Amino acid sequence: MSGPIGKPTPYIDGVEKVTGQAMYTDDFRLPNMLYLAFLRSAESHAKIKSLDISDAESHPGVVAVATGKDIPVSFGVLPVSPDETAMAVEKVRYNGEIVAAVAAETIEAARDAVEKIKVKYEAITAFISPHDSLEKCGTDEQIHPHTKDGRNIHKTAELRFNEPEKELETAKYKQTGFFKFAGVTHAFTEPHSTLAIWNGDETLTVISATQVPHYLHKNLSKVLGLPLHKIQVKKPALGGGFGGKSDPFPHEMITAYMAMKTKRPVKCTFTREEVFITHHGRHPTEMSMSVSCDNKGKITALDTDIVIDGGAYGSFGVVTSYYNGVLLQGPYKIDKFGFKTRRAYTNKHQCGAMRGHGAVNPRYAVEVILDMLAQDLKMDPCDLRNKNFLPENSFTVGEFRITSNGVRDCLKTVRKKSDWDKRYGKLPYGRGLGVACGFFISGSALPIIWNRYPQTVVHAKLDFDGRIVMFSGASEIGQGSDTMLVQIAAEELGISLDYVQVEVADTKTTPVDLGSYSSRVTFMVGNAAKTAASNIRKEMASAIAKEKDISPDKLIFDNCRIQTQDKSIDLSWEEGVEIAMAGRGSFVESGYYISPKLGGKYKGAGAGLSPAYSFGAFISEVKVSSDTGEVNVEKIWAAHDCGKALNPLAVEGQIEGSIHMGIGQALTEEMRYQNGQQMNPNFFDYRIPSSVDTPDMDITIIESNDPEGPYGAKEAGEGPIHPVLPSIGNAVYDAVGIRMMELPMTPDKVLSKLKDMS
Amino acid sequence: MKKVQLHINGFKRIVLVDSNETILETLRNRLYLTGTKQCCDEGTCGSCTILVDGIPVLGCLTPTVRCEGKTIVTIEGISSGDDLHPVQKQLVKNGGLQCGFCTPGVVITAIPYLEENPNPTVNDIKEGLSGNLCRCTGYKKIIEAVKNAAEELNT
Repeated sequence: MSGPIGKPTPYIDGVEKVTGQAMYTDDFRLPNMLYLAFLRSAESHAKIKSLDISDAESHPGVVAVATGKDIPVSFGVLPVSPDETAMAVEKVRYNGEIVAAVAAETIEAARDAVEKIKVKYEAITAFISPHDSLEKCGTDEQIHPHTKDGRNIHKTAELRFNEPEKELETAKYKQTGFFKFAGVTHAFTEPHSTLAIWNGDETLTVISATQVPHYLHKNLSKVLGLPLHKIQVKKPALGGGFGGKSDPFPHEMITAYMAMKTKRPVKCTFTREEVFITHHGRHPTEMSMSVSCDNKGKITALDTDIVIDGGAYGSFGVVTSYYNGVLLQGPYKIDKFGFKTRRAYTNKHQCGAMRGHGAVNPRYAVEVILDMLAQDLKMDPCDLRNKNFLPENSFTVGEFRITSNGVRDCLKTVRKKSDWDKRYGKLPYGRGLGVACGFFISGSALPIIWNRYPQTVVHAKLDFDGRIVMFSGASEIGQGSDTMLVQIAAEELGISLDYVQVEVADTKTTPVDLGSYSSRVTFMVGNAAKTAASNIRKEMASAIAKEKDISPDKLIFDNCRIQTQDKSIDLSWEEGVEIAMAGRGSFVESGYYISPKLGGKYKGAGAGLSPAYSFGAFISEVKVSSDTGEVNVEKIWAAHDCGKALNPLAVEGQIEGSIHMGIGQALTEEMRYQNGQQMNPNFFDYRIPSSVDTPDMDITIIESNDPEGPYGAKEAGEGPIHPVLPSIGNAVYDAVGIRMMELPMTPDKVLSKLKDMS
Repeated sequence: MKKVQLHINGFKRIVLVDSNETILETLRNRLYLTGTKQCCDEGTCGSCTILVDGIPVLGCLTPTVRCEGKTIVTIEGISSGDDLHPVQKQLVKNGGLQCGFCTPGVVITAIPYLEENPNPTVNDIKEGLSGNLCRCTGYKKIIEAVKNAAEELNT
């Protein structure tokens, strides 16, 4: 086939982006538009004793001021924890929480008016450390009234199979590690931004930098009391998400409310500090983990106890709690398996979903402990891993269905390319190699909000001009989903990419897609798009076959032509379109995706279920300075099994971006707090890697051809971050003999470990 | 308010600005040239890079009143889309962009850099782009694109 699937395909929105023409939310400006600014809490945990907005209301240019009691309906991305309101009602739960909002003719007027709002707080004991939140406290001190047992525990997730604790008690080869991970944030470049318009027909349009237009749509309806059919959510070009734009947010509710109230367009765009405050990033985590194996290196049991620091609200926290445990069921077969995760509410910025959701930190722990066990057994760490991989077409202990699995090829590839066998353990002091593997879902098999609908629907439209338009709710966030839609339609119909255009992420015109999170888009939307486009082909083939009196399956769609093998019928695409549309005109075909029924029957069996799983193996080479404690990642060999790379350019980009983010969390990134206030809400002090920190990257795409993925494809956006961190940690051990149990491994921590050793 | 005369993308513009206004704000909010992006607003990320008299400067740290009489080129002045600069062309071709938000700043930084350094090594390019934060790509494909653009410009 001569189609574009599997070929490196530059993004269809690339030219718009390099010329500055792409419109991001803040680039929209409407006549008579108002600007929004927020009063944010300076307290971490306090009752609001009084709130006086009168001076702000009379400030020149101010059109409206709102406070928590104006829109007190609680919401949240998960129906199990709708614990947040648009603005604080009666009390504040973190430093930076929105207390009031001002809409004014200019942003300057709005900000000046915010200064005039008078608020008096009465402080309540603040819970800054998750350990404080695990202790009993007074009812009036509880962060949320709904937590049980007088403790600020949001969620306890626990699963246990085949008594791992018993095995661990008696195991001869066993390692236990205590790990500590700082919180990290997405640090996307485009600040959150929302523009809301109250239309003349009493409907609401919200343009927003969101990964989840559908969930925003539903939560807007709930909070504003406006029927779903009167709300339109549109996502324009979006400047990075990584999970940080996958919740419905307070500022989106407030902007929409202000547009309804003032009957004027209202825009809100965050400062960088507000982006940090809004956070929803990776949970600060502490975990104790034990793994045992037999004398041949076969893993016999794993048990872990995890505390994650959720911050003030729920966000995706219930899912995060489960993912910390359940996603350790792969890529290794572990039959005696247990975990317990407690998510604590604390009076800090809330944590949520971030690339590799929930599984990045425990993955670090597992892979480091496996390295320790290999050391104990005097076994090569690659060999130990090889003995333990789940086979293809098997089940994990918690009944995850494993279909395609290219992890062996991944490990073999990086082992060979890095010359591991000759170099591991043999490099001079200060240089080292480390290996680690990864495992992740290709979309969640269960929707967040239970319903009977498919997880995604795609419409494909054919019109007289020969153009195919793909209508999809999928949210392009830089990962290339728009390009994927175009590639798939072109592939199915044998036409060039320029015949296909997209209409996406607009809840008024595009069918529901659940959003760009949990690495679901390629697998689910890709399958739906493939069906929709192939249904167009079937319709066209049947019309042409009828007219030409042949069987439709004799027609080949390729190279913008529709032909029989012997070319007795040889139509241009346009001629084919004319025949297909005769007597009926333009038509739309539909495709959908629903995950097959999967999983066990026990409570919690749904967490981590996916129609397919991605796998990977990475090897890192590092240089560690024993003088300064600095760790430099010199090279990473990365092999990731994404089933089939629909667009190798995009898949490589996802792997390279994952390496960047993984290095950041491993070495430099950390949300630092003092008494609940973030000390580094800017890019000077929150250090993400720059171009000079970029190592050599050797990327290999492994194609295991998943039986249910579109053309065999699985995810590539999140899985590749998992092996990055532990491969660096293990390489540091190979370089200088220290086990880094705390991330980020900043020079001070490295030096202190080196000192302890000597 | 101060009256300031600017030559933007080959065209003379006279604007009334606040004395504490940055050229980034003037471009985005008064002239509606939104291709230049506001990301950190404190000189750390390079997204708002523009050329002032041919030199890349950070728009978020540059007061508009300091640009009186100067020649400014923004991303809109690099090309119209029909005739892309080799840096732009190679960024698209090599996958040197994902979300695209840092991209205008990368383009504006790389073009004068290549004029001064026509034969850069990979490490040179890393240094040259060290003021432009990108969260999506891991920089690898940006670096490759700039390298390829250098070669294209040299042929």
